[in-house]
Amino acid sequence: MLELRNVTKTVAGADHIRDVSLTLEHGSLNVLLGPTLSGKTSLMRLMAGLDAPTSGSIWFDGRDVTGVPVQKRNVAMVYQQFINYPAMTVYENIASPLRVAGADAARTDREVKRAAELLRLIPYLDRMPLSLSGGQQQRTALARAISKNAGLVLLDEPLANLDYKLREELRAELPKIFAETGAIFVYATTEPQEALLLGGNTATLSEGRVTQFGPTIEVFRRPKDLVTARTFADPPLNTVILRKQGDSFQLDGGALPVPAGMKAIPEGTYAIGFQPHHLRATRPNADAIVLPAKVLVTEITGSESFVHVQFADVRWVMLASGIHSYQPEEMIEVFIDPRHLMVFDHEGRAVQPAPKAAA
Amino acid sequence: MADANVTSPRAGSLPAPGPAVTKAGSGDVARAMRRRGDQSRFWWLIPAFYIAFLILPIYWLVNMSFKTNQEILGTLSLWPRDPTIHNYMVIFTDPSWYKGYINSIIYVVLNTVISIAVALPAAYAFSRYRFLGDKHLFFWLLTNRMAPPAVFALPFFQLYSAFGLIDTHIAVALAHCLFNVPLAVWILEGFMSGVPKEIDETAYIDGYSFPRFFTKIFMPLIASGIGVAAFFCFMFSWVELLIARTLTTTNAKPISAIMTRTVSASGLDWGVLAAAGVLTIIPGALVIWFVRNYIARGFALGRV
Repeated sequence: MLELRNVTKTVAGADHIRDVSLTLEHGSLNVLLGPTLSGKTSLMRLMAGLDAPTSGSIWFDGRDVTGVPVQKRNVAMVYQQFINYPAMTVYENIASPLRVAGADAARTDREVKRAAELLRLIPYLDRMPLSLSGGQQQRTALARAISKNAGLVLLDEPLANLDYKLREELRAELPKIFAETGAIFVYATTEPQEALLLGGNTATLSEGRVTQFGPTIEVFRRPKDLVTARTFADPPLNTVILRKQGDSFQLDGGALPVPAGMKAIPEGTYAIGFQPHHLRATRPNADAIVLPAKVLVTEITGSESFVHVQFADVRWVMLASGIHSYQPEEMIEVFIDPRHLMVFDHEGRAVQPAPKAAA
Repeated sequence: MADANVTSPRAGSLPAPGPAVTKAGSGDVARAMRRRGDQSRFWWLIPAFYIAFLILPIYWLVNMSFKTNQEILGTLSLWPRDPTIHNYMVIFTDPSWYKGYINSIIYVVLNTVISIAVALPAAYAFSRYRFLGDKHLFFWLLTNRMAPPAVFALPFFQLYSAFGLIDTHIAVALAHCLFNVPLAVWILEGFMSGVPKEIDETAYIDGYSFPRFFTKIFMPLIASGIGVAAFFCFMFSWVELLIARTLTTTNAKPISAIMTRTVSASGLDWGVLAAAGVLTIIPGALVIWFVRNYIARGFALGRV
């Protein structure tokens, strides 16, 4: 069990990590999700022991490991760049942690073969890493992490530099490969989709703070605050700030009805957020809210259309399936199922709907 | 390559493009290109002049080294009429000559080893760590090369006399460090900064201690840089005359100093001097052969 207790990391007066407390269990898959510069790598370096926290402590299996040098910890790490030892063969690369640990030849060979087998590197064991393709290089780095049998495996955007095909393939395999080892598995990514595909737990990061930590689906469906919701949305979350008055949310030039479960919340200023794919071009069901919107731009990706629309004076993105060829300036009707609306108070905290309306 | 006739102006003037015409078109282009080559019939002229210019003094030195003194002084001959290896035999049998080579090689090798041994950790620190005044210190290192060696001859002589180091190999080796260590640090820092820091960290994560990482993982990665830095140290130390001569009298006298002492009882011994010159070029040529692929990066101080 890896425990971070009130960990803060300050570099040259700037907070890279601010008061982070996390508990990661053995055999669990944990995703660190956040945009670039949100502190994912800083947090991983603290977990690995490459950096020491400015304040707070880090515990591993009930032992305080704050300040213990990285050599003495049982961790493995894979970087976004393909990092191998260029002067060694793939075999020696994978064997390197075992050689340092002083494992005997038979065990080293067995472990290397096993890791190479899992990552399909057997034909390349005698090659030099730089003569391999990017995907093979990264698989070598992953194989080295496996052969070490570390208790904590840190993957810092390991698939970001790979092409689309390989990425999908490895993304499906990685959790399976590491699940067998019973290690704590930490995976950093900037892509909400990747977090959802990996499952497990997700910690959303924003400006060096962990804004929410829990099962991935839970965090995605019910973010605790607006920052988390924004982090966990791609394309960006649609938001609008408005005033609740009676049964409707008011803003200049429009109004939205208050969802059924939230009729009782106090009057005041609220922010409403919803995922771009929840904004529809066709009526999803009878309860849907209908809004008039002006089309600004339409981007077609093939099977989906990104329609940028303006409602009152806010801009939203509608991710609609199928191809829609709207003209700019055209007025259309867009639909939102009220169940998908996330309501946040003026401090950005989520307003929980009354239990019976929870979907 | 149907595009060829679109991009080339020559083929663009062809009538009605079709599959057969396209083929003729690309043939035309090739012919036109060959014709352009034919026009500059004397393309070899300037390179030939240039190479001749570079080679001539060296050729003349080799030429002279195989001649007798009478031939050198008597006639102007393009090659030795009566080739002799007598001049070389003189050098290989007379201790006052071959000792000079041994002395030079001893202090040059000593200097190269010391410079690299000192520069490796220094360059690693400059490339991997930020510390107070690091950039100023790094630049200041290079300013040591900006003064002519003559400036340092006097203080060195005084200092080394005080420590009784005059006329020892280590004295010259240490004195040359003043120029070679900064250069080696700059070259090695450039090569080291080309190695991603993540490799260091991956090695630490794998469990390598610093010394083991440095020797087993890091040094093989910058092997070419070490080679180039060693070459530059070797070269500067090998050709430096002033300090080497100031700090030695007899026991550690370098070959270049001996070559300036050439007047014997029978006058100037041209042939032997030429042979000594040839033998002085050889070590440099040998060393440069090993680092020929990296030398350009070395001149750019490892920063490419």
